[in-house]
Amino acid sequence: MQRAWNQQIAETIIAAHRPAQASLLPILHAIQEEFGFISEAAMRLIATSLNITRAEVYGVVSFYHDYRQEPAGRHVLKLCRAEACQSMGGEDNANALLARLGLDWGGTTPDGRLTIEPIYCLGLCACAPSAMLDGELHARLDAAGLDALAMAAV
Amino acid sequence: MRIFVPCDAAAIAVGADKLAVAIAAEASARGIKAQIIRNGSRGMVWLEPLVEIETPEGRIGFGPLKPSDVPALFENTAAHPKALGLVESIPFFARQQRLTFARCGVIDPLDLADYTVHGGFAGLARAITLGPAGICAEVKESGLRGRGGAGFPTGIKWETVRTAAADQKYIVCNADEGDSGTFADRMIMEGDPFSLIEGMTIAGVATGATKGFIYLRSEYPLAICTMNKAIALALQSKMLGDDVMGSGHAFHLEVFVGAGAYVCGEETALLDSLEGKRGQVRAKPPIPALIGLHGKPTIINNTISLSTIPVILEKGAKHYADFGMGRSRGTMPIQIAGNVKHGGLFEAAFGITLGEIINDIAGGTATGRPVRAVQAGGPLGAYVPPQQFHLPYDYEAFTKADALIGHGGLVVFDDKVDMAKMARFAMEFCAHESCGKCTPCRIGSTRGVEVMDKIIAGIAPEKNLALVKDLCETMKFGSLCALGGFTPYPVMSAINHFPEDFTKPALPLAAE
Repeated sequence: MQRAWNQQIAETIIAAHRPAQASLLPILHAIQEEFGFISEAAMRLIATSLNITRAEVYGVVSFYHDYRQEPAGRHVLKLCRAEACQSMGGEDNANALLARLGLDWGGTTPDGRLTIEPIYCLGLCACAPSAMLDGELHARLDAAGLDALAMAAV
Repeated sequence: MRIFVPCDAAAIAVGADKLAVAIAAEASARGIKAQIIRNGSRGMVWLEPLVEIETPEGRIGFGPLKPSDVPALFENTAAHPKALGLVESIPFFARQQRLTFARCGVIDPLDLADYTVHGGFAGLARAITLGPAGICAEVKESGLRGRGGAGFPTGIKWETVRTAAADQKYIVCNADEGDSGTFADRMIMEGDPFSLIEGMTIAGVATGATKGFIYLRSEYPLAICTMNKAIALALQSKMLGDDVMGSGHAFHLEVFVGAGAYVCGEETALLDSLEGKRGQVRAKPPIPALIGLHGKPTIINNTISLSTIPVILEKGAKHYADFGMGRSRGTMPIQIAGNVKHGGLFEAAFGITLGEIINDIAGGTATGRPVRAVQAGGPLGAYVPPQQFHLPYDYEAFTKADALIGHGGLVVFDDKVDMAKMARFAMEFCAHESCGKCTPCRIGSTRGVEVMDKIIAGIAPEKNLALVKDLCETMKFGSLCALGGFTPYPVMSAINHFPEDFTKPALPLAAE
């Protein structure tokens, strides 16, 4: 479970990296790992610490698909939408699951249980379709398998 | 008793970890002393999890294995329902010419002694005696071309960096393997990480670069973990560090984790990303070999190019160049994926035909339906119809046919695929991943999706197809990098080879 914003902890995380712009991505990864997302306060602190503008930090946060500016659900299910998974019916399975949960890509269930996001290739293309649930990999997911995976995360 | 259970992501994604636990429990329940070794994958992904047991005759395989198949492993193995016999005699494996992947699946990826016994560090040792000019000459002579997709001669790139004068040079490994249908980088990093470390160290010795980065995508959590452990082990045993193998050369290596941007697989966008910026493509020239990371001369090579360097130095340039055809020398790890019966990694010399790969080696589709199209070379590669299956796997032959070898991925589709939808997806993907720097890619891809939507809805298909073709011309010749420049390949190949999918009658309007 990710913790609430804590400036002291954030400062410690930033201080573990070289104070240069080249450390921006590793710092953002570490901040998101700790707090679940990159908040406005985090961006301000990082900009000051690395002596770069807030616009530069925001530009990077908004450019990369990995970084989120809002907290996600308790579980994050990333479904591969790339061609190899499509060839094995991944897109149909994904659409069916999204419809059943009443979600769009990137959406979170109203109870905050599950966020479903697209991902473009996990490198599991010879055992498609594939997915990643909270960092764990799953492949050869038919419709029933995907359903079971999405429902098991509570 | 030695039992091998792969730690490759593809094996783990289909249950290898649970299987390893079940095997350990079963062995201990039977009072059998079993050593479980987590090897890389042999590349026969349809058989994963593929468990191997060592016998005096060789390693025998069982797969795809479920925990319920475990008890029988400890009984009459020949009668096991999932028995495959000697793993290296399975036709898919036996037909390969493994150079880059020779150790992958055989050794424990994090056992340096195992690596050394299987030829590891012999290439680096020879490189140190050859010296910088000698190494570059050897790489040039091998004919190795960039395995990331562009196919640029690796030796020429190295020579450029070697002869550039600078106080600091860098070696960057492009492990941002974002193409759907490719997983060779992931497999080598998870199955034989020291080969990449050795290849990068040789590049350092060849050019005087003392610092290397592996730009590794965040979608590969297991590869990140394995590479970090391997770097720490190499440092400990002085294969990396201030004095590599006692040669006086310093080389330090670091993993840099990407953040989910496909365009960072483009080398200059990758360099910007490494510098902590948005991954936007740089205009070339200057080339990275002269002005690269932090403005310094930089070798930026694909993971497979770098992992192939040790075997070239170990066995000699000629040995490597003797494989292949024309100007495509050596071997290519071909990744057969998608709707395919026998999917996986097949390393073979250039020259094998597409038909041999898809029909003979891979056995057609997984669904058993006819093959309709194969996308070669990732999301920016062409859709190839079966009429072109006579094409030899060769950079020049593919280019002539308006197709792409790319990073060696092949994604197979059966006859249920709707090629108009795939063409639309190519545009959608480009719009999603465009870095935004150049207009043809940023705006062209969005307009492309809109026009494809009209064609799919049956609205003025002739007029709109002409518009898509015109748009593709603009993207192809006006984009800054291969993302915008090559998106037209899947789109145009789908239109040219499967025109029937683009001229469906307009859907009747719903009755009022």
